[in-house]
Amino acid sequence: MSVASSPAQRSAEADRLPTNRPAGCPFDPPPELSRFRAEEPVRRLTYPDGHRGWLVSNHELSRTVLADTRFSSRMELRRTAVPRPGLTPLLGRPAAPGMFIAMDPPEHTRYRRLLTGQFTVRRMRLLEPRIEQIAEQHLDAMVQAGPPADLVAAYALPIPSLVICELLGVPYADRDVFQRDTATLLRLDATAEQVRAASESVGAFMADLVRHKRAEPADDLLSGLIATGELTDEELAGVSFLLLVAGHETTANMLALGAFALINHRDQGHADQLAALCGDPTAAEHAVEELLRYLTIIQFGTTRTALVDIHLGDQLIRAGETLTLALPSANRDPDKFADPDTLDLTRSAQGHLAFGHGVHQCLGQQLARIEMRIGYRALFRRFPELRLAVPAEEVPLRHDMNIYGVHRLPVTW
Amino acid sequence: MEIKADRERCVGAGMCVLTAPEVFDQSEDDGRVVLLTEHPEPDQVDTVQQAVELCPAQALLLAGKHRAADG
Ligand code: HEM
Ligand code: SF4
Repeated sequence: MSVASSPAQRSAEADRLPTNRPAGCPFDPPPELSRFRAEEPVRRLTYPDGHRGWLVSNHELSRTVLADTRFSSRMELRRTAVPRPGLTPLLGRPAAPGMFIAMDPPEHTRYRRLLTGQFTVRRMRLLEPRIEQIAEQHLDAMVQAGPPADLVAAYALPIPSLVICELLGVPYADRDVFQRDTATLLRLDATAEQVRAASESVGAFMADLVRHKRAEPADDLLSGLIATGELTDEELAGVSFLLLVAGHETTANMLALGAFALINHRDQGHADQLAALCGDPTAAEHAVEELLRYLTIIQFGTTRTALVDIHLGDQLIRAGETLTLALPSANRDPDKFADPDTLDLTRSAQGHLAFGHGVHQCLGQQLARIEMRIGYRALFRRFPELRLAVPAEEVPLRHDMNIYGVHRLPVTW
Repeated sequence: MEIKADRERCVGAGMCVLTAPEVFDQSEDDGRVVLLTEHPEPDQVDTVQQAVELCPAQALLLAGKHRAADG
């Protein structure tokens, strides 16, 4: 900031999204958000492009916005709450075909309806035995290699990657390509050139896959989608890309950051809660919801842009203004959750917004829930004494990524 | 007590099935909600009420207690 900045400029500066987590508390959101939530739950936010929009930080109003499709998800109206130089060229343009996360009804509805039948609670439960097998195989490999291990590379990333690959029909042998490209796309500081190259590389990979499945259909989601005859190849590639990206990084980070939080929790006198997670399936379901709430890894929340003027709380949101829903803060709202900053695996965290709300609420949530339930249970049953192999302060945190978590989690047993 | 489901609003998120599996199911074809009963038993009303509140798409309505549609 220059010395000569005007008061208006200074207040715009002060209205940036807070992103610094408190020192020594890797699981807590930036402390300013608690103050905003209490004092001014709908507050001005200055976006990296200079736009003066809004930050919504409590549970009730975040949910209100997400439930109301007059707050648009369309890509051409989108802004990022934190600087994402790599995404700048993509903003202000319509979403690529198949990227329904960035579309409104009815375009969104068309894609979503084609997919929801594949992600029902019942269908996802049929995957349980296979997910258990994958988890156990990776634990066996850890035992064989011996401690220490990086839990991200050895366990947290491979499980959801394998699951989504098998579900979609993507050859797992090609994972290096899409894992690398996905990581680039989620890195905040990726340049426009890097994002373009990664998108092209993944796009080409997906286009190849669609062509291959058209020629040789198999028993997988992508072949099933092709068989509906509803989608063009371009759309199919877009949908697959979205599922692949949304389906592995998120769950991987929940598994690794969740394991970190569970180790901490056990060592802070809650060994009983971890034992219950390993023993009782219902306790495990509660624990998963609580970890989703407490960790809310979509760390900068999600955004919407008002299509018309709408009153929200005490404020009038004007058409064209962008709102950021601070999901980590909404999920720590004391009006919704008693003692919100405490991890309590026995509470009912129902109603959290970690998967969003409204028509875009996470399509893969029932799969993610099962992966987490199986993933945490298998891990702590095998290694009840699992502990960090480095001091907690040395665990590299994903401050630099759109999805929070740990880059590596060195563990021993 | 009567429960109504608006299949046009439903986005197939499955929260209802997860919350009250004895009352809600999802279609095999498109994942949209299917009512197993329109008249939940008195001891099911609490969980049905929870499901109504958790539904992300405001597609469920219990005995006139409809959450007003926003859009
Ligand atoms: C713990 C893991 C996960 C978290 C925390 C998570 C979180 C979210 C959130 C917050 C949204 C809403 C975004 C918005 O409203 O703007 C979303 C949407 C979505 N998620 Fe997930 N997700 C997870 C796992 C998955 C998995 C495993 C899949 C796929 C298999 C998946 C696929 C999707 C898709 C396709 C959408 C877009 C839905 C739509 O626009 O209708 N997610 N997710
Ligand atoms: S919770 Fe709502 S949106 Fe989800 S399946 Fe049930 S009725 Fe449909």
